[in-house]
Amino acid sequence: MKLPIIGAAALAAVMIVAAGPLTAQSPPQDDSEKEIERYRQMLSDPFSNPGFLAVDRGEALWSTQRGARNVSLEACDLGEGPGKLEGAFAKLPRYFADADKVMDTEQRLLWCMQKIQDLDTADVVKRRFSGPGVASDMEDLVAFIANKSSEMTIQPQLSHPKEKEMAAVGEALFYTRGGVNDFSCATCHAEEGKRIRLQGLPNLSVKGRTAQETMGSWPTYRVSQSALRTMQHRLWDCYRQQRWPVPEYGSEALTALTVFLQKQAEGGEIKVPSIKR
Amino acid sequence: MMIRTFIPLAALLALAGSARAQERPAQAVIDAYLKSTFGKASAEWQARIKPDDSLAVCNTTRNNPSSAQSDEILKRESARVVYPADGKLLGNWKNGYQVANNGRGGQFSDPPGTVAGGNCFACHQLDPKEVSYGTLGPSLAAYGKDRKYDPETIKDAYTKIYNSMAVVPCSNMPRFGVNKVLDEQQIKDVMAYLFDPESPVNK
Repeated sequence: MKLPIIGAAALAAVMIVAAGPLTAQSPPQDDSEKEIERYRQMLSDPFSNPGFLAVDRGEALWSTQRGARNVSLEACDLGEGPGKLEGAFAKLPRYFADADKVMDTEQRLLWCMQKIQDLDTADVVKRRFSGPGVASDMEDLVAFIANKSSEMTIQPQLSHPKEKEMAAVGEALFYTRGGVNDFSCATCHAEEGKRIRLQGLPNLSVKGRTAQETMGSWPTYRVSQSALRTMQHRLWDCYRQQRWPVPEYGSEALTALTVFLQKQAEGGEIKVPSIKR
Repeated sequence: MMIRTFIPLAALLALAGSARAQERPAQAVIDAYLKSTFGKASAEWQARIKPDDSLAVCNTTRNNPSSAQSDEILKRESARVVYPADGKLLGNWKNGYQVANNGRGGQFSDPPGTVAGGNCFACHQLDPKEVSYGTLGPSLAAYGKDRKYDPETIKDAYTKIYNSMAVVPCSNMPRFGVNKVLDEQQIKDVMAYLFDPESPVNK
């Protein structure tokens, strides 16, 4: 899917205009919330979403021959069969018999790089989050793969015992407090209509629309970071703000939380890559 | 249908209770996941996610401890509060604003030696002129004024900031003193921000 991109300057101008009322003196809360919503809608225009650049890069990477075997990822089975991408992301994370593990998209991609391409993934993991001048293969590939499930619904896979365990552990982790501030996910995401400063917080403790809209909008292009980010980055950043230790990329607790959150978001429409603040 | 009506309510509640208890996997299973994800962090960092006796109860009960557990938490946490040796609970409100407005510290992205703030504005309204405040905690605007700067209330607020669980078992609020997020002077300064009649909180 190739879409023209409006320049960063135009996007920045939109941001400034939209952000203006936020800093105005004591606006009634309803007005500022309306402005935030208007700003979000402007950002959701796919023709101004640089996240689609990541989709294009991911598409190219998917068919690039790499690794000791010099083959592409096109034989990678993301759950729907080798090379079948349509709808695969909507059912991830899920159990993979060949690995005897529940894996999210990132874990499965790393597995395919190792098993199919015989690629040393150390460098890929080192570049797991893009930054100025550093592209992330993982972010680009996930953007491409997720986009192949866009406009489909979130279908959590919970039939295998290991998938059930993941969902249960993820739920327990959601309520597990720690770090110097005793924070858990639930500290911020278990009540309706709460904010940190002016930032609204989705209540992810209950199934329904809020969880669906949240999970259905990742991966996303983060304007404030000028980068396409996946759920791996979102959870990494949540744990950072929770004052927890650095979570290992593509590890079990993150996948468990993702399974739990997908369960909360069951049936939600996937519209990705989205664009957020 | 007939059979169902004969099951006593108490038995139904017991069933519901056991079903809910089964939802939470064994702690050893949860710990294995935590080890996979956080196991490479330093011993100091790992210690931060090892819950103490009070937090362990909050985790297993999702912050809804039983009445007996609440009593235990209150007793244990009250014993951990250290009041200033000089008896003075109020510092400088201007410094207190800086502490309340600072959200840094304790994050793995913070450079070593970062002075931590209380980040009070993230969750509470304080100065009513500040529009950027969070709502996870109650509004504290006019906190001291509304309480007529009552000395007992001042002491209670010190207790709450030093160790929230000495007042409310499994409170969502950080235990700033107990967990050494803020030092005694910082807590005194935040106290002054709440209780000094000159503080914008009370204007």
